[in-house]
Formats: sequence, C-alpha cells, structure tokens
Amino acid sequence: MNIAPYLLLATLEGLVQASVLMLTALGLSLVFGVMRVVNVAHGEFFMLGAVGAWICATLIPGPPAVAFVAALVLAPLFVGAIAWAADWAILKRIDYNPEATIVATIGLMYIIQQTTLWSFGPNAQAVDAPFYYTLRFPWFGYSTYKFFIIGAAVVLVGGLLYFLRHSKVGLVMRATQFDRETAQNFGISVGRVYSIVFAVGAMLAAIGGVLVVPAQQAHYLMGHDPLLLSFVVVIVGGLGSIPGTIAAAILIGMSDGLLSVFFSPTLAKIFSTLLVALVLVFKPEGLFGKAGR
Amino acid sequence: MVLHNKKLAALCLAVLVLLFALQFVLSSYMILAATRILILAVFAMGYNMLMGYTGLLSLGHAMFFAAGVYASGMVTYYFGVSLPLAFLIGILGAFAASLIIGLLVLRTQTVSFMIVTLMFAQAAYLTTLYFSRYTGGDQGLTLPTSARSFRLFGQVLDMTSDLTRYNIAFAVFAVTLIGLYLITQGPIGRLFVAVRENEDRTRMLGFDTYRIKLVAFTVSGTVSGMAGALYGLMFGFVGSSFAAFQTSIEALLYTLIGGPGTLLGPLLGTTVMTMLIDRLSGLTTAYLVVIGVLLIVVTLWFPAGILGTIRNRWLPWLK
Repeated sequence: MNIAPYLLLATLEGLVQASVLMLTALGLSLVFGVMRVVNVAHGEFFMLGAVGAWICATLIPGPPAVAFVAALVLAPLFVGAIAWAADWAILKRIDYNPEATIVATIGLMYIIQQTTLWSFGPNAQAVDAPFYYTLRFPWFGYSTYKFFIIGAAVVLVGGLLYFLRHSKVGLVMRATQFDRETAQNFGISVGRVYSIVFAVGAMLAAIGGVLVVPAQQAHYLMGHDPLLLSFVVVIVGGLGSIPGTIAAAILIGMSDGLLSVFFSPTLAKIFSTLLVALVLVFKPEGLFGKAGR
Repeated sequence: MVLHNKKLAALCLAVLVLLFALQFVLSSYMILAATRILILAVFAMGYNMLMGYTGLLSLGHAMFFAAGVYASGMVTYYFGVSLPLAFLIGILGAFAASLIIGLLVLRTQTVSFMIVTLMFAQAAYLTTLYFSRYTGGDQGLTLPTSARSFRLFGQVLDMTSDLTRYNIAFAVFAVTLIGLYLITQGPIGRLFVAVRENEDRTRMLGFDTYRIKLVAFTVSGTVSGMAGALYGLMFGFVGSSFAAFQTSIEALLYTLIGGPGTLLGPLLGTTVMTMLIDRLSGLTTAYLVVIGVLLIVVTLWFPAGILGTIRNRWLPWLK
C-alpha cells in the first residue's frame, strides 16, 4: 500500500479542521483570558452558526454564494445577540463566579440544544457550498471550498490579532485581562468589556460553524466535538494565551486529523481528552504558556 | 461511641422508618420508581460527600458510577459470578478508580478540577464506546436470566420481583445513610468542611489537606460506584449511557436541588427531580430543557438548595 495519498489526505483534512478549530478555540480562549470563566455552551454557539447558515440557505433564493455571504454576516450577529443576552441575564447576575458560571452554562447548553432540536429537527441538513470546483490530485479530488475555509480562517484570525493589538477596544480588552481592578480605576467599564468579549467569543464560534457547514452537515448535536477540541486547544496552548491557542489549534487539529484517518475518531478523542487532563494536572500553564502570574 | 448531632440522627431514623413503611402503601409502579430513587439517591449522596461537604465540584462522577456498573456487570456477564460477589467487585472497582483518579485530579483546583474530572470521565465514556465488542457500547449488555436471582443464607432472592428489589435498595440506602452520617457528623466530616471553608487555614493548622481531600474523593467515588453496581445488577443492564456526561450532571443537579452539604438533601433532590422528569418524559426530551433551566435557576437564586435554605433560615443542625 502506498501511504503517500493517505498522508496527503490526512494532512489536508487536518489543516481544514485546524483552521475551524482555531476560530472556535480563539473564542473560548478570549472569553477565558479576559473574563476568567469557562463557557461550556461554546460548542452550541458553533452549532447555532451552522444552523444559521442552513436557515439562510433555505430562506434566501438565488445562487448559494449569496446565501453563504449573508450567513457569514447574519449568523454571527444572531449568535452574538444570544450570547449578549445570556451574559446580561445570567453571567452578570452570578458575578462571573467561575464555578457557578460552568454550572449555568451547562444549563444554557441543554436549553440551546433542545430548543434547536424542537425548531430545527433531529435530522442532519446539508448546505450547498458557495462554489464547486474540485482540485484533482493524482489519487483523489479535493474540494477547493476546503481551501477557502483555511484561507478564511487565516484572514479572520489575522484580523482578530490586529484588532486586539491596534484598536482601542482591543487595548481596553487587554487592559481588563491584565488587571481588572486597575482597568476599572482608569474608567474602563469592565462590565461592558465582559459583555463585548462574551459576544465576540460566541461570534467566532458561529463563524466557525458557518464555514464548516458546506463541508460537514448541520445537526443539533454537532457542537459537542468542537467544544471538546476547543477545550483541548485552549488548555494545551496555555489558558488565555492567544499565540499558544493558535499553535495548539494547528497541532491538535492536525494530529486529530491524522489519528482519525489512520486509527479511529473515537481513539483520537480518547487521546485528546486524556492529553488535556494530564496537561492540566502536570503542567497547568499549558505546553506553550509561561507560568501564570 | 458518641453521637454527634442527635437531632439529625433522629430525623434520619424517622426517614428510614418512613421509607421502609412505604412498601406497604405504594402501588407496584410507585415501588419501582421508589427503588430507582433510592439507588440514585445513594449516587447523589456519594457525590454530595465531595461537592457539598468538601467543596470540590466534580463534573465526572459518571465515571465512578459506570466503574461500579461495568466492574460488577461484566464479571457477571462473562464469568457468571454470583450477584453478591459481583456487587463487592463493583464497589472494589469504583474504589480503585476513584483512588487512582483522585491522586491525579486533586493536584488541581476549582475550574481546573472541574475540567479535569470532566475530561477523565469523557475519556472513560469514549473507552466504553471504543471497546464496544466487550462492553456492548451504546446497545449495552443485558444480563442473562441466571444472573437475575441469587441465594443468600438459603433464601432465593429474585431480581425481577419489585418488593425484593425495593428492600435490597432500601438496605443499601440505609447502610449508606448511617455510614455517611458517622463520617460527616464526626471529626473527619469537620475536616472536610474545614477544607471547603478555607483550605489554606486548614493546612496552616497542621492538617494534610491533600490527604483529607483524597479520603473525601475516594469515599465519594466508591459510594457512587456502589450505587452504579446496584443499579446495573438490579435492573440487569450494563451500557455506555451510564458513563455519559448527563449522568454526572444528574448527580450534580440532585445535590444542588436538595441542598449541597446536607445529609438528606440528595434524597430529597433525587425524589423531586425523578418525579418531575417522570411527569415530563411524555414530552419526549423536554426534560433536558428542564434540567438546563433548573441548573441556571438554582445557580442564580437558590444556591443552597431546599434543605440548605431551611438550614440557613431555621434549622442549623440540618447539615
């Protein structure tokens, strides 16, 4: 058996997965970094993005590309609004207590999941890719849309990094992350920053969902794996560290792709969950992170 | 032996008498429901040991429940081990699992602790799926007819009889309640609460808090696994769903509703929730939304649970 085609396919699949994962995990990482809370409902925001893309595709007539672009704008806005509401209704009221937030967002996860089941139905739904063009390798054809996913993720992450480094809002976010009390003393409305960060984090997951849905299918339980892998990435990359998260997303996305192709997806998941647990136990600052302050 | 907290002891005794008497009043359907409640209450009591008394919120107790289910169920299924012995093996399996996992996870705290327990439990769940050739995976294994009854002191006990099951569940519940009463109301229990209230201060007073937490963790995991072993053997079914995330959440919810850190809270929480879910199960999966809403409502407005609120307002001995 010639292993090269398998390796190429696994690498490509791994890169696609890594790019979507990078977006989703950055959302989780941003929320954790600035607000110091873990959002267990993050995978559901991803799922809502995918379902949003499907709704746009069914409601908007014309070529799939139009619906896709609309979904890329509308779905994240919709998900961001839900996250904003959840932050206002729940997280603010428990004062972002880390443990209570986890319990409450588990509740939120069940609510979003079941509401989607009732409205969207139990079936997986496919969405047409905005364009069809297959790149022919000697052994197999590969959809160019998947290359588009990689490109889009790189552009978005670059944009996010630029936004965090060079915009006023980004500065305020970083100030809040660095020292919440001092930031407040300098007149930064920490509550407002938290709302924005929570919404932006959810929107990043939603964009990941929109991007992935033409290559995968929308399903009300699809948020589970992205949540798990985002956890893995954020923890392995060092909690709240953005460069660490990006590096870990590539590492985990690729190795998950390789393990899934050569062994089994379940084994890949067992491996990554154990990796997270052991990293947290033995090296809590993450594999790429510096020791915490 | 000194009995600490006599009022609570009297209340526990009254509850036990009431539970024993229930079998003469309830219909056979309600007996079945009550049997499940008693077993799940043992699970929640084990969970409460760690979460309520010691203040360590685990999101992975399904792993210990399932350790009990699988250890006892698989020795019965594959080696035809008799039920009482299988039950002991189940407890032993859960003890080993909780000791090993405890040694690792107790190096972490608060949020990390929650995530690590969650991840270990997920790995355990996925493992039961991965080895579905042996575990039966999602479909599970149904224990053969030969494993549905056993002899004890010359009596044949039939696991398909409602009353037999109820009385066995009652016996295990009673032993657990008395055992946990002695632990939580005595000096060890004080140490658990001390760790919950202020771990640094407890350490400064010269106690090895890692060891205290390890004891709490192991007792908690073993009791949870005992409930699992009982559940699997009693209803003759072993399956991956016992190891799923939702099982951990149910223990958490029962404890939160009843009152974390109260001895009888888990029983009350399990009763209320099981009744509620039974009523709602007509609406297909509606109960998951109820679980979701309740998790949020409880964290927002009701963090002490039912008995916890009563304790804080009126009855300080209710702990």
